[in-house]
Amino acid sequence: MPSEIVIKVNNLTKKFGDFTAVDQITFDVKVGEIFGFLGANGAGKTTAIKMLIGLNRPTDGEAQVAGYDVYRETEKIKQNIGYMSQKFSLYEDLSVRQNIEFYGGIYGLPRKAIRKKTDEIIQKLGLQDRAKKVVGDLPLGWKQRLAFAVAGVHDPRIIFLDEPTGGVDPVTRRQFWEMIYESANNGVTIFVTTHYMDEAEYCDRISIMVDGEIKALGTPAELKAKFSSETMDDVFIKLARG
Amino acid sequence: MVNNAIEINNISKSYGDVTAVTGVNLNIAKGELFGLIGPDGGGKTTLFQILTSLLIPDTGHAIVEGLDTVKDFRKLRKIIGYMPGRFSLYPDLSVHENLEFFATIFNTTIEKNYHLIEDIYVQLEPFKSRRADKLSGGMKQKLALCCALIHQPVVLFLDEPTTGVDAVSREEFWVMLKRLKQKGITILVSTPYMDEASQCERIALIQDGRILQVNTPTAVTSGFDKTLFAVRSDDSYKLLLDLRTLPFAKRTEPFGEYMHVTTEPDVTAEYIAQILNSRGHKSIEVKPTSATVEDVFLDLM
Repeated sequence: MPSEIVIKVNNLTKKFGDFTAVDQITFDVKVGEIFGFLGANGAGKTTAIKMLIGLNRPTDGEAQVAGYDVYRETEKIKQNIGYMSQKFSLYEDLSVRQNIEFYGGIYGLPRKAIRKKTDEIIQKLGLQDRAKKVVGDLPLGWKQRLAFAVAGVHDPRIIFLDEPTGGVDPVTRRQFWEMIYESANNGVTIFVTTHYMDEAEYCDRISIMVDGEIKALGTPAELKAKFSSETMDDVFIKLARG
Repeated sequence: MVNNAIEINNISKSYGDVTAVTGVNLNIAKGELFGLIGPDGGGKTTLFQILTSLLIPDTGHAIVEGLDTVKDFRKLRKIIGYMPGRFSLYPDLSVHENLEFFATIFNTTIEKNYHLIEDIYVQLEPFKSRRADKLSGGMKQKLALCCALIHQPVVLFLDEPTTGVDAVSREEFWVMLKRLKQKGITILVSTPYMDEASQCERIALIQDGRILQVNTPTAVTSGFDKTLFAVRSDDSYKLLLDLRTLPFAKRTEPFGEYMHVTTEPDVTAEYIAQILNSRGHKSIEVKPTSATVEDVFLDLM
């Protein structure tokens, strides 16, 4: 595994008034790594991600994402990352093709590159027959895979995925993870949150947040050994219950 | 005396060209904790809406506690509790106001049925003046359950109560359901999380509007009669791709830290390990494994 660091976080903190949502978190993510960012609802994951993708200014601490500073270079960060959340960013009443072209345009790709990229994505997802159909009519699983592909339309160095796989069937969920594996294999760094503990196992390393702090960080095997647990589910419950 | 709390007879429902539910037959016994397991778009919500009298089926009929869901809908609504998948409480009412509202429309009071919700409500009590939309996901879910229970229903319908909720809250939720079951309430609950199937007494696997199988979770998994191995090595992605090229491996799917490989019956663990070794894998582990509900689901799909 290459050891170049693509996300570097040091004592990053976010306060809302008296409430500390993210409390001095510190970790590194390496290039091409699949990094699982876990935590209970309300543990501070979303706040942390928003700081990393340049949407929320930290109260304290430091972080560089794709080599750019989260205080001063948020626009640079946005150009170098992709983001997909459970609430899709796709336009339901635009077609598959139009959605890809739209995002290509937003990210400032030249017209030729957009056409090439659009064809590539449609081909890769096997959506040739549905390229002109509006996205609203696609099954959920297709939307998720398309949303992932669109998040990578500008060849970002890192893709952030916030609970990407909620509600889909086991086959679709696995197809989605195979896309993630493939991207990581091609050197894209994946930063992912999930409530599925078996998906946590697919990550190279994971961190678990509890009440704004990172309480555990390591490979799934390391964490299971450390907490004498058979499953990640068990590790998670032990930690979150304190 | 009816022994079934719920009887579903040949129910189908379409929306235009889209078939939501096709020919569903299912009986659920009184006092049973029954799970409807399947992904989004499988037809779970349509079935819930038919059983709670909110939708009229195209064909077939359903009986809940002896009441027809179409003809007897007024009586039916008084004796069932329904927690829809989407958060459906009043966001700008407080925790307490929401609960009081639901008690009032069912002509009862919080005090009268407090014994039913006490275990759950004590956890909400510190936030009782908070607006419902300011609650965390786990708390919203607990409040919704209280509101569905406050009129002392005989049958409880819970549509994906644990979706998007973290592992800890999910586990707590199942503990609550088991307590309610002990009080004699019949519970029909749906979930897309296959690992929650084992929490139910019986389950139905549902996909594309059809019931694939109905049984106890143990019988569902022990009925899997194919040869199954759990395999891992130092490079998961390469492992997945390599296993998929093996002619005797009928199906390979990631399962947590392992790949689950369904093979021809005469294949041995040693043989698989040997091949992976020759393809350059390190730290190889191959062992026979028993199927989970998810393996069965993948196999039936």
